[in-house]
Amino acid sequence: MNKLTIFGICIVGFFIIIAIFAPIFAPYNPGQIDIENILTAPTSSHIFGTDSLGRDLFSRMVYGTRISLMVGFIAVGIASLIGIALGAIAGYYGNWVDGIIMRFIDIMLCFPTFFLILAVIALLEPSIINIMMIIGATSWMGMARLMRAEILSLKERDFIYAERAIGASDFRIITRHLIPNAMAPVLVSITLGIAGAILVESSLSFLGIGVQPPTPSWGNILSEGKAVMGAGWWMMLFPGMAIFITVLGYNLLGEGIRERLLKS
Amino acid sequence: MNKYSNSTSAAFKKAAFLWYGISKTEIPTTKNRLKSYRKAIFLVTILFLLGFTPNYGDTIVTGSIGEPRTLVPILASDSSSGTICSLIFNGLVKYDKDLNLTGDLAEKWEVSQDGLDITFYLRKGVLWHDGAPFTSKDVEFTYKSLIDPNVRTPYGGDFQMVKSLKVIDDYTLKVFYKEPFSPGLASWGMNIMPAHLLEKEDLNATKFARNPIGTGPYKFKLWKTGERVELVSNHDYFEGRPCIDGYIYRVIPDTATLFLELRAQAVDYTSLTPIQYRRQTETEFFKKNFQRFNFPSFGYTYMGYNLKDPKFKNVDVRRAINYAVNKEEIIKGVLLGLGRISTGPFIPESWAYNKDVLPLEYDPGKAKELLKNAGWSDSDGDGILEKDGIKFSFTVITNQGNDERKMTLEIIQRRLREVGIEVKIKIIEWSAFVSEFIDKRRFEAVLLGWGLSLDPDMYDIWHSSKTREGEFNFIGYSNKEVDRLLLEGRRTFNQEERKRIYHRIHEILYEDEPCLFLFVPDALPVLHNRFKGVEVAPSGIGYNFIKWFVPRSEQRYTR
Amino acid sequence: MGKYVFKRIIGLAALLLGITIITFSVIHIAPGRPTDLEAQFNPKVSMEARERIAHLYGLDKPLHIQYIEWLKRFARLDFGISFMDSRPVMQKILERMPITLTIELFSIILILLIGIPIGVGSAVKEGSFYDRFMTVFVFIGFAMPTFWLSLILMDFIGVRWGILPISGIKSLEFEKFGNFEKIIDMSKHLILPVFVSAFGGLAGISRYMRSSMLNVLKQDYIRTARAKGLREKDVLYKHALKNALLPVVTILGLSVPGLIGGSVIFESIFSIPGMGRLFYESVMARDYPVIMGVLVIGAVLTLLGNLLADISYAAVDPRIKLE
Repeated sequence: MNKLTIFGICIVGFFIIIAIFAPIFAPYNPGQIDIENILTAPTSSHIFGTDSLGRDLFSRMVYGTRISLMVGFIAVGIASLIGIALGAIAGYYGNWVDGIIMRFIDIMLCFPTFFLILAVIALLEPSIINIMMIIGATSWMGMARLMRAEILSLKERDFIYAERAIGASDFRIITRHLIPNAMAPVLVSITLGIAGAILVESSLSFLGIGVQPPTPSWGNILSEGKAVMGAGWWMMLFPGMAIFITVLGYNLLGEGIRERLLKS
Repeated sequence: MNKYSNSTSAAFKKAAFLWYGISKTEIPTTKNRLKSYRKAIFLVTILFLLGFTPNYGDTIVTGSIGEPRTLVPILASDSSSGTICSLIFNGLVKYDKDLNLTGDLAEKWEVSQDGLDITFYLRKGVLWHDGAPFTSKDVEFTYKSLIDPNVRTPYGGDFQMVKSLKVIDDYTLKVFYKEPFSPGLASWGMNIMPAHLLEKEDLNATKFARNPIGTGPYKFKLWKTGERVELVSNHDYFEGRPCIDGYIYRVIPDTATLFLELRAQAVDYTSLTPIQYRRQTETEFFKKNFQRFNFPSFGYTYMGYNLKDPKFKNVDVRRAINYAVNKEEIIKGVLLGLGRISTGPFIPESWAYNKDVLPLEYDPGKAKELLKNAGWSDSDGDGILEKDGIKFSFTVITNQGNDERKMTLEIIQRRLREVGIEVKIKIIEWSAFVSEFIDKRRFEAVLLGWGLSLDPDMYDIWHSSKTREGEFNFIGYSNKEVDRLLLEGRRTFNQEERKRIYHRIHEILYEDEPCLFLFVPDALPVLHNRFKGVEVAPSGIGYNFIKWFVPRSEQRYTR
Repeated sequence: MGKYVFKRIIGLAALLLGITIITFSVIHIAPGRPTDLEAQFNPKVSMEARERIAHLYGLDKPLHIQYIEWLKRFARLDFGISFMDSRPVMQKILERMPITLTIELFSIILILLIGIPIGVGSAVKEGSFYDRFMTVFVFIGFAMPTFWLSLILMDFIGVRWGILPISGIKSLEFEKFGNFEKIIDMSKHLILPVFVSAFGGLAGISRYMRSSMLNVLKQDYIRTARAKGLREKDVLYKHALKNALLPVVTILGLSVPGLIGGSVIFESIFSIPGMGRLFYESVMARDYPVIMGVLVIGAVLTLLGNLLADISYAAVDPRIKLE
């Protein structure tokens, strides 16, 4: 395996472990306010320093990992549900069903996605659930296209004819045979999508409509860091690096998967 | 700059709360006397004594996160528009540096014995920037626009009290009120618009909004959307030519960028956050190049309860919350000490503020006791109080984009949790915040700020008749005595009488606890060092803006 | 060719209709009515007044009627009047569009100039240190949160070293400059935003170029060319590159919405008065006509981008002929 892929896997794994075992890693309660120690630079007791309410930045980062990864995973989960379902339906049924779905995809692809996300989140409200749903609802198009293309080629294969001959239902054929066999290229999209969603959340936080405090996310910690820029470099550095490294990790992992697919 | 010149602040009270705290750029008034200003004043005196010509020239660059919406003054409800309008236009009256009403476009005025009518004698020889003379026709036109139902002005309120306005001659006019109305005089600080240019225009859609003509110290030059508004000094200004030739209002939507621009000295004048004041501008560089100010702003932050909510019906519960919240801690943690506790809805230094009303000390023990007596106890042992099977848990909403409010809530949340009350925080984007939650009363508690005008009349906020949708008594406060006092306060022109009335209102409000008064934050403007002649007075630093100057050798923007 | 373009344009019209329907629905799922914006500041505005304003804007009619009316106006390129300052939406958009498009154009050019060589190099030296280094390099650009990178650059390059201006698009003294100075001044202001925007988009093109090139290099005709003893340089740059570039043209069209979307962030941070910021401001103020207008125009720009890409593709590729 490519060294870069291994590097990607390490990063991804590292942060997933942190997210799962957040309570073990965090030395403090992430909501513990300490106004005697506002914006203190990293020390041995607060290894990442403290934020503008004296909370331990390291603990907030650890819990923020949970939130940021959750946003990434669930948003992409939603996107892949929509993408895979629509792609599979379009590919399998063809004809006018395909026509309608593909035109719909074309339309969705025309929108500057971030504008759409921004509009909907600002007009509704920036709750975590809304953020995940809207990122999901605006990022499924690529997956749908990939899925459709795969299914178009798969459905002519012998084993599908065999299934049909024994009277399997369309639903069964699609969910049991076509989708599992067509998942590989979609997997790359999913990996990259997680990285994208984390970035989108940080952009939304920059505009003040990302995950809302006191819930920590990497994006809103970074955006808090922006407000105290010059008085607390650690508030900018650590969350920025976390986003940067994670997104890099997912991209390298995605590339790795893609390479393997091309080879096999 | 509306606040810092104060000329329109009476009219602004209706909308002020809406902007107070969202915009970082309003630059209010000062009280402090800093040594360096004495020095500056001294310098000016010397220069004049030596008979130097004034140092005309240079340009001041103001940085702001908001872009003005319209420069039609009676439509301008945001602080950016207000700031610029106050330089281009004048009112009939204004507040002077010691917060007394004084003439602006009106030379003098007379209030009749019964308080029912005011006669204004206008300044003669004042010209609009296009050269046309200013007359009482313009005042009449402005008044008519203010009460015109088709004009979308938020400032109509005070003028609804006017029965009629009569033009006597070009420079005299008389205003008749339906009943004595003491805040009325200050409301004539509203900027006057030119009748000859606007009479036939639809004010809501006029081109004037982006190309205004006024009587003020600065003339409109250009407005590059999303970039900046530029003004140039009016050499024929009736109070004399302003020393600073140019005024540029730069729009820099991101606060971090704004601060970087300040550090790069590409912005001369803006306001700081407490963190910036305490931690980011304490450097040698800033001390050498900038002058900083801090003085109480004209506004306070509070947590209002929805008094229709059964949880908050009992005054003891509300008082318990007051005991449970450590106000000192909030000022220290959120404002880094740059603010003071407030106990009532008045400017702390004003005559209306009752200094005998003392804030409740932080005392969680007392809070728990009060809550227990009110029937709240933790029967299921989860750390949160219950009564009749209902948990004491409520959501506080506040507007997005204000870090101070967010942090205040986080501290309140922690303290209330300690006495067994669960607080949830919801931060909502501004326009939805107002239209969906405040107007429709869909909230349990709200954290907001009210801007304060110099006149203490607060009928719209506390009177029990002002609780309908879209009105400002949205917490639903109702107290017969306060209702009566509010009316009395409006009807008398006697200062002592008014003082007694507002002191009593202050007392009642703190006993009734319709909301938890938290703090008055300091205003923290910062100004480049090359600007001299800045005098600090009770009204702040902006009132003598036209006398600020830059010594010739230090002028930066020259032609 | 003409027939192909004509067919595409008919298709586009259908897409455009779909775009307006989606935009219209997105705006109307939001709670609250735009009249709140007008009335919220004024305690004196009664319910009747609100309804009058609603009527003025036609908001009291059923949705489908409102949509049809909107569509009729749209056909005349009339997007209505902004709630915020009563100016025509079209005018507001047009005054903001040039700067956004300029930055976009420059950053696309920059992306192509840097991204294609990186991609080709990576493909030719597949698996080498160079390949891996460039992979990481382009992903770094993608992975950095835009505003984070921008602030760091502004702090160092703008404030500490004072090399470039921090924000805005022109100096305050711009009007007094000569023509040449004006160009220099604007370029200086545009360097950081264009760089930030291009750095983020580098990964897309260069990775695409790399895989396209790898794909071509596996083809038979390349093997044939090599077998015939052509010089490696000629094989790579005359035959392979030409073919590998073709699909990149289409990806360019697809990258337009991403760039426009990203403009919100760097226009805010660099104080650039472009479409992104206009959009953000109008969303925050619930200025519905402007939101609609920008969304539709953004989508139309993308459509045009795609159309241009497809036409040039068809023009360059001999295999695609009039369907």
